[in-house]
Amino acid sequence: MEWVWTNFGLIWGLTLSQVWLSALPIVIGFVVSIPLGYLASRSRVARSILLSLGGILYTIPSLALFIIIPVIIGTSILDPINVIIALTIYAIAIMVRSAADAFAAVPEPVQDSATAVGFSRFQRFFAVDLPLSGPVLLAGIRVVSVSTVSLVSIGSVIGVSSLGFLFTDGFQRSFFTEIWAGIVGTLIIAAVFDVILVLVGRLLMPWNRRSSPKLARVVASKRSVVLR
Amino acid sequence: MDLISQGFAWIFAPAQWVGGGSIQVRLGEHLYYTGVSLAIAVVIAVPIGLYIGHTGKGRGLAIAVSNISRALPTLGLLAALVLLLGIGLLPAVIVLVILGIPPLLAGVYAGIESVDPQTVDAARAMGMTELQILLKVEIPLGAALIIGGFRAATLQIIATTVVAAYFSLGGLGRFLIDGQSQNDYPKLVGGAILVIALALVVDGLLALIQKLVVPSVSAGTRSTRRTARGGAIPPVAQSRTLIKEGQ
Repeated sequence: MEWVWTNFGLIWGLTLSQVWLSALPIVIGFVVSIPLGYLASRSRVARSILLSLGGILYTIPSLALFIIIPVIIGTSILDPINVIIALTIYAIAIMVRSAADAFAAVPEPVQDSATAVGFSRFQRFFAVDLPLSGPVLLAGIRVVSVSTVSLVSIGSVIGVSSLGFLFTDGFQRSFFTEIWAGIVGTLIIAAVFDVILVLVGRLLMPWNRRSSPKLARVVASKRSVVLR
Repeated sequence: MDLISQGFAWIFAPAQWVGGGSIQVRLGEHLYYTGVSLAIAVVIAVPIGLYIGHTGKGRGLAIAVSNISRALPTLGLLAALVLLLGIGLLPAVIVLVILGIPPLLAGVYAGIESVDPQTVDAARAMGMTELQILLKVEIPLGAALIIGGFRAATLQIIATTVVAAYFSLGGLGRFLIDGQSQNDYPKLVGGAILVIALALVVDGLLALIQKLVVPSVSAGTRSTRRTARGGAIPPVAQSRTLIKEGQ
């Protein structure tokens, strides 16, 4: 414990980079997945293409992806951008499926009545489809968030600094406390992200306050089948 | 892009296929670690998953286990256990088993739970014992999701075995770790290509099995077939679970 306090500066710095390295893929992944998921919910062909592509990309082990990405896009192998891109790919692979299911679950009569009262397609998407898909989207992004935070640390094997540094460094120095601090730190970040997402969900979907955790739990449990 | 062709050249160079650290030896190690860990995880997770799915008891526990395990950083877990137990196969296998259990557990219980309660009631009304219901109705109808869980567990274990190479273990991850520390880029990229190929081939084979085991029967199990194709849970199944939970 004493080590943690004397090295608080180091740990804090690593925590901040871990937060950045995971927050960016979560946010970008979410934003990109919404239109893709909507597309997948409207067209059978788009659905099968997007979901199988996502499945294939998600199959690639993270360490291998961290190494292949710089080779393909020509960045340096130590560049943190590689980790961000890889984790964004994973986030999209999970989130598109969630979003496609969420949009597909919006009842057709509701959509039809929105059209009947004069909503354009664009208006309908933002005023009807998106809010009604909210709880399932939230469940999906919570899963993405947790797995992204824990995957970031693997980047430290190839020298991209995050709390994972405490794992590799602690191992090399045979120093258990350091590893322990890293694990606890990662779990805390994951928990804080989750709380933030739930709070944002409550803020954006006040009508859903009572049913949302339940739905989220169910969907999250189902999702875990396809997750690593 | 040039590095990719260098990576392939590295893979196909005869030197990589002889000696103690050859590709086939590393591949064998990788498959061995994966197989052993998967077998142990199956022995632990499948009975528990069947019990939870069939009785509905302990569902919250299973969800909690899979959520917590998803948040655990694999690298930290490996580092801690290797430090605790020493370098070798045992700590790695323990971590691999720990990581393989949640997806298996989730797949098995979700598969059993996805079976239409009416179908189960019908089987019960026909006089089937609980064991018969499980073996002849629930497992076959939930097979797609069960194998989906097995698939997820296998890939999780394959991916973590790659990382385990950092802790002086064998397997294909060796090429990545050694390539990185020796600044040997063809080896690094070649190793990454091998890892990706292994994951895709294994996943493809399991996807094929998943397709083959799904019974193609009447309209009643349409949702089962859909899950087999996409791997996703159709909204129908979700809402059914919701209804059940609401009761």
